[in-house]
Amino acid sequence: MELQAVLMAAGGGSRMMDLTYNTPKPLLPVGNKPLIWYPLNLLERVGFEEVIVITTKEVQKMISTDPKVKLDVKMKLDLVCIQEDADMGTADALRHIQQKVKTDVLVVSCDLITDAALHEVVDLFRAHNATLSMLMSKAHEFTETVPGQKGKKKTGEQRDFVGVDGTGKRLLFMANEADLDEGVVIRKSIMRKHPRMHIKTGLVDAHLYCLKKSVVDFLADNKSISSIRGELVPYLVRKQFSKSTNSPKVIDETHQNLKKNDSNISSRDEELLHLTQERSCWNDHRGDMSDAYHGGRLRCYVHIMDEGICYRVNTLAAYIEANRLAPKLFDEPAVHPSAVVSERCLIGADSIIGASCQISDKTSIKRSTIGVSTTVREKVKVTNSIIMHGVTIEEGCNIQGSVICSNAVIGRGADIKYCLVGSAQRIEPDAEVNITYHYKSITYNNCHKVSK
Amino acid sequence: SGLGMFSTIICGFLSPLVVKRLPEHVQVDDPAVVKRLAKKLERQQIPLRSDYGYKVSLFSHLHQYSRKAPLTQLLSIPSTVIHPSIVRLGLQYSQGIVAGSNARSVALLHAFKQVIRDYTTPPNEELSRDLVNKLKPYISFLNQCRPLSASMGNAIKYIKKEISNIPSQCKEEEAKTKLLKCIDRYIEEKIVLAAKAISKYAIEKISDGDVILVYGCSSLVNHILCEAFEKSRKFRVIVVDSRPRLEGREALRRLVQRGISCTYVLISALSYILPEVSKVFLGAHALLANGYVMSRVGTSQIALVARTFNVPVLVCCETYKFCERVQTDSFVSNELDDPDDLMVTRKGKTQLENWQDVSSLGLLNLVYDVTPPDFVDLVITDLGMIPCTSVPVVLRVKNLDQ
Repeated sequence: MELQAVLMAAGGGSRMMDLTYNTPKPLLPVGNKPLIWYPLNLLERVGFEEVIVITTKEVQKMISTDPKVKLDVKMKLDLVCIQEDADMGTADALRHIQQKVKTDVLVVSCDLITDAALHEVVDLFRAHNATLSMLMSKAHEFTETVPGQKGKKKTGEQRDFVGVDGTGKRLLFMANEADLDEGVVIRKSIMRKHPRMHIKTGLVDAHLYCLKKSVVDFLADNKSISSIRGELVPYLVRKQFSKSTNSPKVIDETHQNLKKNDSNISSRDEELLHLTQERSCWNDHRGDMSDAYHGGRLRCYVHIMDEGICYRVNTLAAYIEANRLAPKLFDEPAVHPSAVVSERCLIGADSIIGASCQISDKTSIKRSTIGVSTTVREKVKVTNSIIMHGVTIEEGCNIQGSVICSNAVIGRGADIKYCLVGSAQRIEPDAEVNITYHYKSITYNNCHKVSK
Repeated sequence: SGLGMFSTIICGFLSPLVVKRLPEHVQVDDPAVVKRLAKKLERQQIPLRSDYGYKVSLFSHLHQYSRKAPLTQLLSIPSTVIHPSIVRLGLQYSQGIVAGSNARSVALLHAFKQVIRDYTTPPNEELSRDLVNKLKPYISFLNQCRPLSASMGNAIKYIKKEISNIPSQCKEEEAKTKLLKCIDRYIEEKIVLAAKAISKYAIEKISDGDVILVYGCSSLVNHILCEAFEKSRKFRVIVVDSRPRLEGREALRRLVQRGISCTYVLISALSYILPEVSKVFLGAHALLANGYVMSRVGTSQIALVARTFNVPVLVCCETYKFCERVQTDSFVSNELDDPDDLMVTRKGKTQLENWQDVSSLGLLNLVYDVTPPDFVDLVITDLGMIPCTSVPVVLRVKNLDQ
């Protein structure tokens, strides 16, 4: 077996609490499919047959009971539950499933929506016998207005500095602005080995990693590392150039201890690999006297996508952008066949109508997503918005640039611009709401789904 | 048909007729052959790699692939049909990470060791037959990634023979250990010890004060020169290099690392530098049955010009690279590398960037050429120093041995 897929779906979505306080992040609807469907679909398309999914009990329950959450994948899903309040980082989660990991792993995050060619990442992992291979993408500006925000964008998050070599594939340096005191510090030994380094900011880390099995075993022995992105990856990138890795003790020792009975096999094979490298007339760099890879055993690679879709849905802005682009990733018809759509309504080509919806006369729906079992009454105008499941929109409403969460009720004649209406909230009729969030914190009467 | 049978029966009286089919990889312009190959690959569940770009008409019978379209994009991740170490090997071949006849053979045998280790005989099957059948799709896959070299072909023949010779009552574990030992022994004898033996003979031919010319990066020639330097021979080396591979830079690095004083020129400066040269050492990719030497493109140039200047040309080649093919020109059987390698970017401009738009322009990136035996003075093998024309004798002796 070559690679095992591990899907991390236990994250809380801490940067979009407005959406996730009621619905767990893996199950947020994007283009009327749960968010977790996108990485699962990606893995299925490239040929994986089983996936280990690390998630919370709540998500597992919803997947098995809620009919609206249909995962629709043919792969075998091995769900591993962890406690919600355990505060486990991604590396902790990997450590938790160490016994299940029999070979190299491909770690994917549940909030990744991409059409990347995975073979580019895996080929780097295979060809160079790398310890780590990851996927990154050029960040695209988010063009949609985010509800609840008066200005254009919030202050930028701390930047990530990624240093790659001349070919753009070998990862030399990785640090987050938060960890740097005054400036970017690069060791002389790295500069001597790789005099040409390109430092890039503005890259989105897709949180898709190919890791060698020895790294998972290493994590089991080093319980201080809790996050893959935050701690493990920078550690591995630094360790490439550490002096001790020419006889790598930290990572390979655990690997070799586990293979005690095959020790003479692995040493003969090492000799053959060494002989191959010695006889091959290839070198990964030019200009100095060192052998290929500078004799280093630990190598980290990155594939940076220039074009194509790659989003991490971990902020509200990303969520909205993803909803706009998600329909491009699958071929299903925009209007679900079970939706009841009246003939005298105007539905734009880039809108999606979910299953069992009821869209009445004289409504206009442009550039929006309407969730499953939503009812939209007459003379409603919905533009640039995301309507989740089970929502009722009464007559004459005008909804623009907003996100309406599940089971909300919008009273008749309401005018909602650039708002986020929380789950099961109720907007009074004729209300005019601009650029706010409506949460549990605002008291309203108990919501009832107004039926005709 | 009846007539065909009739003629073969007649010929059968005169001499044992062996009908040899032309290999598929030199008949790419024949659609029937291509269809047959596609069917075979489909049966073996290996994806077909499509040719790329316009091919020069003289070489349109050969495959031409692009490095930007690896075969792995058509395979599933994780690969189930093909053993992961074979997928890795195929990638390393097609990207040039493992290049050079010896390196490719060693890497191939190493991958086969992994395959044999992970192999389990299915019920009702015999290891000696089933394992050979398991290896066939892998070999097709590797062939698609990069055409097999003659040394790899010989190694595969050896392995297949060893596998078929496993007695049926042999237990699986025992058989596997035996095969792994065979592979180790093959590498040890044919590559490592052969290199030692060739060095010993070659060092006799190197005298103090020599100026030795080498071409490209031959692992064997580099080994010889390093050994000679260890044995305190005083000589200097001229490394001749050529585009687009520029392998000479790697040879230069390895020699200078040892302390040998080197000069570096491009092949266009060959006749300028040759008056200084006392000997030419060349490596070989394969030695053909009619005495021709198949080696990196440019080798025949070097041999020709060296002959004109009356400089002795010595070819170093292990016996496992001898093959029974006969070739007199470099057209019939060769390898076409990625034509995009010929594009060069200088000062931000790539002149040939849109070469595909020019309908009458073809880029040709040949990999091998053949040198006639008239230009080669001596072949140094692990069996001794022989003239080029004695290759068929060696082959006959080898066949008798086996």
